[in-house]
Amino acid sequence: MTDHKITITVNGEIERLRVGSNLTLLKMLREELALTGTKNGCSAGECGACTVMMNGEPVNSCMVLAVECDGAEIVTVEGLADKDALAPVQEAFTHPGAVQCGFCTPGFLISSKALLERNPDPSEEEIREALVGNLCRCTGYTKIVEAVQEAAKMS
Amino acid sequence: MQEAHPNLPEFQYIKPKTLAEASEFLAAHGDEARPLLGGTDIFVRLRDGIWKDRYLVDVKGLDGTSNIAFDPSVGLVIGAAVTMNQVATFSAVKEHYPALGEAANQVAGYQLRNRATVVGNICNASPAGDTIGACILLKGSLNVHGTEGTRQEPLETFFKGPGKSALKAGDVVTSLHLPIPQKGTVGKYLKLGRNKASDLSIIGLTVVGFPDADTSSGYRMKLALASVAPIPLVVDEVEQILSDEVITEESIAKAAQAAMDACTPIDDVRASARYRKAMVKNLSQKALTEIWEKLEGKSK
Repeated sequence: MTDHKITITVNGEIERLRVGSNLTLLKMLREELALTGTKNGCSAGECGACTVMMNGEPVNSCMVLAVECDGAEIVTVEGLADKDALAPVQEAFTHPGAVQCGFCTPGFLISSKALLERNPDPSEEEIREALVGNLCRCTGYTKIVEAVQEAAKMS
Repeated sequence: MQEAHPNLPEFQYIKPKTLAEASEFLAAHGDEARPLLGGTDIFVRLRDGIWKDRYLVDVKGLDGTSNIAFDPSVGLVIGAAVTMNQVATFSAVKEHYPALGEAANQVAGYQLRNRATVVGNICNASPAGDTIGACILLKGSLNVHGTEGTRQEPLETFFKGPGKSALKAGDVVTSLHLPIPQKGTVGKYLKLGRNKASDLSIIGLTVVGFPDADTSSGYRMKLALASVAPIPLVVDEVEQILSDEVITEESIAKAAQAAMDACTPIDDVRASARYRKAMVKNLSQKALTEIWEKLEGKSK
């Protein structure tokens, strides 16, 4: 399989990689760049555990080819904090209940941050609508919604 | 045993520089090659082993595929690479083509809608495609670049069966065109799914209506159904009944019954045929009533 040369910015760092045609953005982040914060859930674009920002918009990284990201800017959960200072969404999620097993959390953080960037003061319904593509199997949605509301107040 | 998270199988990613190059490659490789837009259906089917393409030809970025534009004399042109979110938030879509905006906004979750495209939804020719009903009722047509030049494919005759369409090897759909809708057009998309997140529709129902002085009722209302027939289904009887008869709760009930009688759903993992039929009747009644009330409100 022919490799493709790509240049991609991940969390502010420029990376030059050779990637195969069938390598997903998700697998590239986890296995080539060791950014394992982004999780592999359903591999079908349903659960949102693999959500990352691509050029400022959230996408399911299991549904994007690495080669399609040539020239793109990617932000993963590892890129949210400013050194040791957590981003407001991260800070809000640390409060009791918003993180249970934690597997879905990186995806929720990215989707929440993306929501607050396009709508800094969302209603509860708008939060729930924006997070439809992120599944939490510990069933902690109420606390997650509250965390996003809190993050909106902090931002 | 099937792997829980199979990798994508091997294929070759091709990025042509021109439409001519894309059509030529696709024509030369027939069944082994497929145009790639958002990939949100393709990757699932490749992973599941349903499709076995050797080449994915990325047509995003080719001439005419990237823009969405509204011109009051021409209508709406949606490039093939324009995403569901771009369509749903485009102001002219909200204003003039609300049924399409609502349908685009009900596809999966927000992040998937940043990749999924309306043109991809149409080209897959799935009977469950959420945006297809609105595009048919709004008299949409596809601009297609093939090996013999460009042509238009009206959606009314585009769908041939589940996954089968009028597209041939070498065809690249560059955009979707929707003409200016009739004055006063209102629309509604109702989706019944097992969950809101990502599921295909159990049924999807699109209604479009507008004032029409040529009908006995003073209105023309059209209804299309997803997931209840081998192809997206337009129920002509609904338009007939609600054109010929004064619109009342009774004539709407009659039209809803006609929609139920017209569909031929199957039992599958998402719902039984019997349930689908019952829901077609209920949701038809609900959507037609809502559109009627909107039209009455507007005409006063």
